[in-house]
Amino acid sequence: MNDKIIEALLAQFGEEGVYGIGESHGILQVTTEVENIVPMIHFLYAHPVFKFQFLTDLAGIHFPEAKGQELGVIYHLHSLENNVRLWIKAYAPIEAPNFPTITGLFATANWMEREAFDFYGIIFDGHPNLTRILNMDEMDYHPMRKEYPLEDATRHDKIDELFGR
Amino acid sequence: MSEIALVNSPNVGLDKTQKGGPYVNELSTLNLGPTHPATHGIFQNILTMDGETIVDAEQTVGYIHRAFEKIAERRPFYQITTLTDRMNYCSAPINNMGWHMTVEKLLGIEVPKRAQYMRVIMMELARLTDHIVCNSILAVDTGALTGFLYVYQWREFIYEIYEEMCGARLTTNMGRFGGMERDFTPVAIEKIQKLLKELPAALKEFEGLVMRNRIFMDRTQNVGGISAERALNYGFTGPNLRAAGVDYDVRSLNPYSSYEDFEFDVPVGTKGDTYDRFLVREEEMWQSLRIIQQAMDNLPEGPYHADAPHYYLPDKQDVYHNMEALIYHFKIVMGEIDAPVGEVYHSVEGGNGELGFHLVSDGGRTPYRLKFRRPGFIYYQAFPEMIKGTTLSDAIVTMSSMNVIAGELDT
Repeated sequence: MNDKIIEALLAQFGEEGVYGIGESHGILQVTTEVENIVPMIHFLYAHPVFKFQFLTDLAGIHFPEAKGQELGVIYHLHSLENNVRLWIKAYAPIEAPNFPTITGLFATANWMEREAFDFYGIIFDGHPNLTRILNMDEMDYHPMRKEYPLEDATRHDKIDELFGR
Repeated sequence: MSEIALVNSPNVGLDKTQKGGPYVNELSTLNLGPTHPATHGIFQNILTMDGETIVDAEQTVGYIHRAFEKIAERRPFYQITTLTDRMNYCSAPINNMGWHMTVEKLLGIEVPKRAQYMRVIMMELARLTDHIVCNSILAVDTGALTGFLYVYQWREFIYEIYEEMCGARLTTNMGRFGGMERDFTPVAIEKIQKLLKELPAALKEFEGLVMRNRIFMDRTQNVGGISAERALNYGFTGPNLRAAGVDYDVRSLNPYSSYEDFEFDVPVGTKGDTYDRFLVREEEMWQSLRIIQQAMDNLPEGPYHADAPHYYLPDKQDVYHNMEALIYHFKIVMGEIDAPVGEVYHSVEGGNGELGFHLVSDGGRTPYRLKFRRPGFIYYQAFPEMIKGTTLSDAIVTMSSMNVIAGELDT
């Protein structure tokens, strides 16, 4: 099944649209460009065989070292009929972290996208109500980004070197 | 009703000439929560009401957000288990073991059969407590207190089994990477046997009181229904999805921890309303008992944990008398052991749906990114759609039957 999905995606979006193909502990993953997300998810949703019609999860992620591709979104689709899971990943620069919304297709994406916005500052264009969801409205930063350390930065007793790390 | 305050009454359409008095078109705003006994947790719903009918609802969540995903990025893997306890605290062992299985998948640890069966027993016990809480409280919300008292003592009894297995009751921190921290004690086995023998009678008594009760049926049938199509679109999982008629159960579709060895049915409803959700949970309790019975009957002999000294926290006795155990104990407790690079997703059938762990590891001692897929967070957003056009009292039972747990929703 996984080979067929890759074949169909390559035929539809070409090699510049589908890359980073791999499998991680049984779950197929592909990387794509931001502009391909909505057509790709629609294609997989409407496909007569694959039927990826369940959005399991949507996760934001931050890689500060990847210049121009700092912020990412992982879409976790599940085809209940074939019992196949698929991760679609896409990355955008931190200066303009704009992704298209998929709330038009999945009602469940509403809060998932709000969560990714809340914690990573990812902007989902076209979202009906892109506001913070778990943090307070007055917060002026996006706390899951890697530049915000969890512990007090003034502490000096927890230096990694001292523990041989 | 003292908690419900009328905060705002906009004078919409104050037309005295209309039939039925001057206030006929007035919409009022009602603050349900954040702290209200009927919402079972800290949820705020700002309801727009037309008389007693709900026109619109706006939810506010996040009152007990504790930044688990951020904290997890600084914690060695063992210290994350205690975070999972505090998500769905009605069925903490399922969360613990879901997390342990995720890490085992990343590390490639093979868990012995006995440990897998023990996990199944503990997870099904946790499912029983979860469903006992949800269903009996639903009955309380409709005004039936007695049934709740019959079954709640068995939840208490299951907590005693937890105590026997891990020393804790609510936030269990049960199990280790690679298996369980201790074998079943004779007391634990005796208690599980007693539960298997005596819970069915209590459950039957509860069902006799509630299930065909005219008042209960009137309060719950055709209340807060959702179609299968909408439920899937909203990402419903667990009993709430099955009540709508979709037989998606992680235990049967993607079996983990030897669930493929057991015979059990996946009950489904037809309408997805409150009564269906109640019935699905009731039947799941019987199926849980069936699974526990099979697991107890066929409990394999052998070790109760994998031979993975780098990750399995050694027995305390060994730590005092064995050099290697002392070293590994120190390294594990201090979080000195690096995990391999990888990305892994594992999901278990939690008390109220697919509980998933998406773990990205960059080879360090802590996760690079850990995303919890909390079923409650995902399906609670359908709540306004489900209660529109119903009355306030219907909204209360709908919320109760959805089994939304604030700790899980807000992480």
